Amino acid sequence: MARTISYMQAINEAMAQEMERDKTVIVFGEDNIGGTGAPGEIDAWGGVLGVTKGLHGKFPDQIMDTPISESAFIGAAAGAACSGLRPVAELMFVDFMGVCFDQIFNQAAKFKYMFGGKAKTPMVIRTMYGAGIRAASQHSQSLYSIFTHIPGLKVVVPSNPYDAKGLMITSIRDDDPVIFLENKVQYAEEGEVPEESYTIPFGEAEIVREGDDVTIVAIGRMVNMAKQAAESLSSEGINCEIVDPRTLSPLDTDTIYESVENTGRLVVVDESNPRCSLASDIVALVSQNCFDSLEAAPQMVTAPHVPPPFSGVLEDLYVPDAERVAAAVKATTGTSAKA
Amino acid sequence: MSEIKKLGMPKWGLTMTEGTVVEWLVEEGTELSNGDQVVEVESEKINNAVESSASGVLRRRVANEGDVLPVGGLLGVIAAADVPDDEIDAFVKEFEENFVPEEEGESGPAPETVEVGGRQIQFLKLGDEGSTATPLVMIPGYGGDINIFVFNQETLAADRPVYAVDMPGHGGSTKEVGDGTIDFFVEVVDGFLASQGIEKAHFAGHSMGGAIASSYALAHPDKVASLILLASAGYGEEINSDYIEGFIGANKRRDMKSALQMLFADPDLVTRDLVNDILSYKRKDGVNESLRTVADSVFADGKQRVVDASELGVPVLAIWGSEDRIVPASHADNLPKDAKVERIEGKGHMVQMEAAGPTNRAIGEFLGGF
Repeated sequence: MARTISYMQAINEAMAQEMERDKTVIVFGEDNIGGTGAPGEIDAWGGVLGVTKGLHGKFPDQIMDTPISESAFIGAAAGAACSGLRPVAELMFVDFMGVCFDQIFNQAAKFKYMFGGKAKTPMVIRTMYGAGIRAASQHSQSLYSIFTHIPGLKVVVPSNPYDAKGLMITSIRDDDPVIFLENKVQYAEEGEVPEESYTIPFGEAEIVREGDDVTIVAIGRMVNMAKQAAESLSSEGINCEIVDPRTLSPLDTDTIYESVENTGRLVVVDESNPRCSLASDIVALVSQNCFDSLEAAPQMVTAPHVPPPFSGVLEDLYVPDAERVAAAVKATTGTSAKA
Repeated sequence: MSEIKKLGMPKWGLTMTEGTVVEWLVEEGTELSNGDQVVEVESEKINNAVESSASGVLRRRVANEGDVLPVGGLLGVIAAADVPDDEIDAFVKEFEENFVPEEEGESGPAPETVEVGGRQIQFLKLGDEGSTATPLVMIPGYGGDINIFVFNQETLAADRPVYAVDMPGHGGSTKEVGDGTIDFFVEVVDGFLASQGIEKAHFAGHSMGGAIASSYALAHPDKVASLILLASAGYGEEINSDYIEGFIGANKRRDMKSALQMLFADPDLVTRDLVNDILSYKRKDGVNESLRTVADSVFADGKQRVVDASELGVPVLAIWGSEDRIVPASHADNLPKDAKVERIEGKGHMVQMEAAGPTNRAIGEFLGGF
């Protein structure tokens, strides 16, 4: 039965249901159980923004705190996964991932390949991405393209509470390492989510809105910007089709190509920096595979090629918004100057 | 003054709040009879034709093709030919000034859940609480839920209480299906009737729901007033096993769309939202296992379990689409000789959706005889 819960609650519920179903599912990271017994705390802090709150009370044997040593506990997750457990490691901000690149890129991602398919590494790294909460440049990047570049990793970027729950359950049950990126700005966003456990397959994009003039491929939180833009453009007679890839690796290129072949125009909205990004990758793929269908040059709407600023004024300019998406759409339809 | 009738945006399903005018099917000035198809409308879930609820002339097409109207909004105006134009204008003006769309959340009756034999069973009851008319119980088919009666239940509830019930393994009911046999579902139906204090009911079953209703009538003839069989299973061995296996196997949109298109004569009726709804049901834990169990019990080896039609001792109405690709329409030949059979040309397995108006009229006339 569906009811309305938040993006954060959906992720929490997914972990709780999987920990209940499978005792080999363990959760660890910083401050998951910290704060237990502290004044005003009935359970634990539940991580830096409280996503795991309540899990310690329900599953005390399956959740633990780690020292502030990302390289150590991500390495431990890879080892635990190879040893028969299904760890979900919370690495607060994706910006901190740099210190554990070896564990992720050089170890976990390669185990299956290097051991002839005999090794399984069923681990999930949960992490937050995105600007918008005045958390400055070391807590606000959108680094999903870095993980997408690495074969052997699966990369998940849910855009709404329903997808967040279903994709998290799929991630935990998957036998490969999964990087699960949560947009911190969306944690309070609510939507209909079934109470039952359910899975959403990797590699299937969602067509959020049907249209026949322009395809907007939007990633994570940018789906909301695309929806706002499409709504305003519809009053001008421009019908946008919005494609949410949901997983960046595997990427559902079939749905993207099919949409572009129908509309003839492409705008990619990606909160990350523009160079070597998902936006540039999707534009390249479409240009290579759908060239004959294109009626205009594909457009990218991204952050500028600078670190996320701390200044609120500048941060607001940094994150792509609906107006910029609409301008890019109009650039493809020839109804205004290039965005 | 002659009566002026509103042709309004219908409400197809509990979640529908607005619809888009796709195409007018008749010109202004056309003489209409009650039940004539007037305008095609698209909701989030499905396309269908809005039928005239009155006889008269279509005097005004108020909504244009492409317009999005809230439920209850004015599509057009029907009146006698001699009603002056200024009265039509005044009617439209008054409507536009006074119409208040229902607010989000004002969705009317909601599905309920009751425990039957330790399982949670979801159902939707529509109709007058105080009615003493014999109720109608509607049972969806394999893989289907109460939403398949979205075009029927409200209309039929004008005369009697109508219950649409999700069987175990389906819709919002418990996913556990025991041995998955028709006898299992018969027990659930009996428990459901007891839970609602229903001593006797008319039954309408679609596809496998027809086989369940038929078996219930054989097991409990004293509790069945009549049987309405919609593209019913159980009256011949043939069944489209490509559909059954395709439905179980489909986990992605493309595969599910292909499977669902077998259900309709017009494949364009399978919308993106319909596919998404079915996929979100299929992706819940336990659903595929339940569907497998039921298929192996009811459609083992690609053949249906056939009910003994000769033993049915209740009035029967059967409605079949001539283009049914799941259960052949020829199975109607195996019904008892006194069964009333309606074959609707050019429609498929989901005849109650593709030909909602004729289906509702046939059922209404049939039930009116009791």
